[in-house]
Amino acid sequence: MKPYRFLSLLLLAILTANIAKAQLVIEITSGADQLLPLAIVPFNYGGEGALSEDIAKIIEDDLKRSGFFETIPRENMLSLPYRKEDVFFRDWRLLKSDYVVIGSVIDTDANNYEITFELLNVLAEKSVEKQTKIIVNKNDLRTGAHYVSDQVYQLLTGIRGAFNTRILYVTVDGDPQNPTYQLQVADADGHRPQVIAQSKEPILSPSWNSDGTSLTYVMFRNRRPGIFTQELATGKRQQLAQYPGLNGAPAWSPDGKKLAIVLSKDGNPELYVFDLETKKLTRLTNHYSIDTEPAWEPDGKGIIFTSDRGGNPQIYRIDVNDRVVERITFEGDSNTRARITPDGRYLVTVQKNAGNYHIALQDMNNGRVQILTQTYLDESPSIAPNGSMVIYATTHKGKGVLAVVSVDGLVKYRLPSTAGEVREPAWSPFFN
Amino acid sequence: MSVNKLGKFAVIGLSAAFIVGCGSTASDTDSSTVTETEVESSTDSSSGADNGGNLSSVVVEESNNTDSTATKAMLDGVDHIFYFDFDKSTVRPESREALATHAKYLVANPSATVVLEGHADERGTREYNMALGERRAKAISRYLTIQGVAAAQIETVSFGEEKPANTAHTDTAWQENRRVEVRYE
Repeated sequence: MKPYRFLSLLLLAILTANIAKAQLVIEITSGADQLLPLAIVPFNYGGEGALSEDIAKIIEDDLKRSGFFETIPRENMLSLPYRKEDVFFRDWRLLKSDYVVIGSVIDTDANNYEITFELLNVLAEKSVEKQTKIIVNKNDLRTGAHYVSDQVYQLLTGIRGAFNTRILYVTVDGDPQNPTYQLQVADADGHRPQVIAQSKEPILSPSWNSDGTSLTYVMFRNRRPGIFTQELATGKRQQLAQYPGLNGAPAWSPDGKKLAIVLSKDGNPELYVFDLETKKLTRLTNHYSIDTEPAWEPDGKGIIFTSDRGGNPQIYRIDVNDRVVERITFEGDSNTRARITPDGRYLVTVQKNAGNYHIALQDMNNGRVQILTQTYLDESPSIAPNGSMVIYATTHKGKGVLAVVSVDGLVKYRLPSTAGEVREPAWSPFFN
Repeated sequence: MSVNKLGKFAVIGLSAAFIVGCGSTASDTDSSTVTETEVESSTDSSSGADNGGNLSSVVVEESNNTDSTATKAMLDGVDHIFYFDFDKSTVRPESREALATHAKYLVANPSATVVLEGHADERGTREYNMALGERRAKAISRYLTIQGVAAAQIETVSFGEEKPANTAHTDTAWQENRRVEVRYE
């Protein structure tokens, strides 16, 4: 038997602020053609009463959202086994389920649950991997469920799951002439939203540091923009030195030691690198055009950014050491606010064509470009840490919503808010 | 002599340079906005012509100007919001008269300071629009400094697309949102 796996719960012990949480709801709009059928049997609970969360339902929703799977409806299941010895494989073959996930939950003490789960191959009539046990805090069953989803996803696709990750986003709510801006963090499925910053002035450009413990964002104060960093667990917030003009687009370096930022203190928007330890500010670009929207390459050697130095805005790369600049995007009327997949293979941009703004994917190996979205006024793409999905902001029925598209363009879903506008999504890194 | 006359020529020269520079990048969307603009400027141009003479009355050398007209009251009824074409930061001709009045006030009151708040419409990405809003605020700033306003009296700030005047997703709303607001602190 495998040793118990303890989840890091520190990250989730953040503010319990209960102000105007705008829950995100998932609407799947299209999926891949070939779906793998599997059954998630309701998890058995060995304690008293019922669990606060339906673990199997959370796993089912996670896996369906990935676009790889279809799940067997619960009402069709002939039995609800939670131990391998109680599984009759022919029943599941009849239901055309290729795989079955079974599991159970018991109380370990007053504060914790133990979740046991196992993935079974119906045709081979055996476990895909040995039974796994994890311990979760009783307030944190959803984290446990997402953990199971991650394991099942990885066993069946070979790709690391990103269900146990989080998203940052900005909501705008209330009187349009005097709205309230909130920076919120929620699970990747939109559940458990928490407000981590609130203001009557604009908040934008939130992003994570590389281990997901801190954030950086832009918030206006007294009608001027400022760059802030904030620890997720403690809520401790710091403002960088504020300069006249633009203070924007902060991006944490992969080593966590620096921020790429945009300042216009020397005349027009330029990229700077701010060293968080030495407090030294270094100017990177030097051009009379707009240079903005920096994003670090995964190895930290280069920064990609938006510049209109060639006339229309396009994506360029600057080498952090020798400052050599090269243009990266050539298709479309413009390309802006780029992000790179964690493996460095693809570039995701907001591409403008004939007045329409869509999310585009460019293969860095062969330069091939694919338009991933057909929604309206698409912006702010952010890539899941496993490189499988892109979350972005769009306008649906006149309202700002978040949407997700797979990097192959086949799977799409929306995360509209139950209230107000949602924008500026930022997908977290892996937390462990 | 009036420094302003020189300034006026410089402004026209600058504007022309901008128009030429931007024309080559105009897209389909741009041209529809331009049409809209032309309608607006033709209605405004009549008042512009009437007050055109005010420009030459701005005399920079008299910094201790105690002219009773150079009080804040002279800004009553004068536009404080100036509009721009899509993806452009060129000061429109119909903005010049009101801006000249702001310049006159600031020149006459060297201790007065002004914040130029630039805005963009919602199309395009947010940080790029921050830069675009700033470019617009700086265009207004240049217009004022050319007319003798000290740079130290002017601060430019951009709100990008974050504070739309009109939250609709229409051409009309976008036009109302591409603006610089002149705010005295």
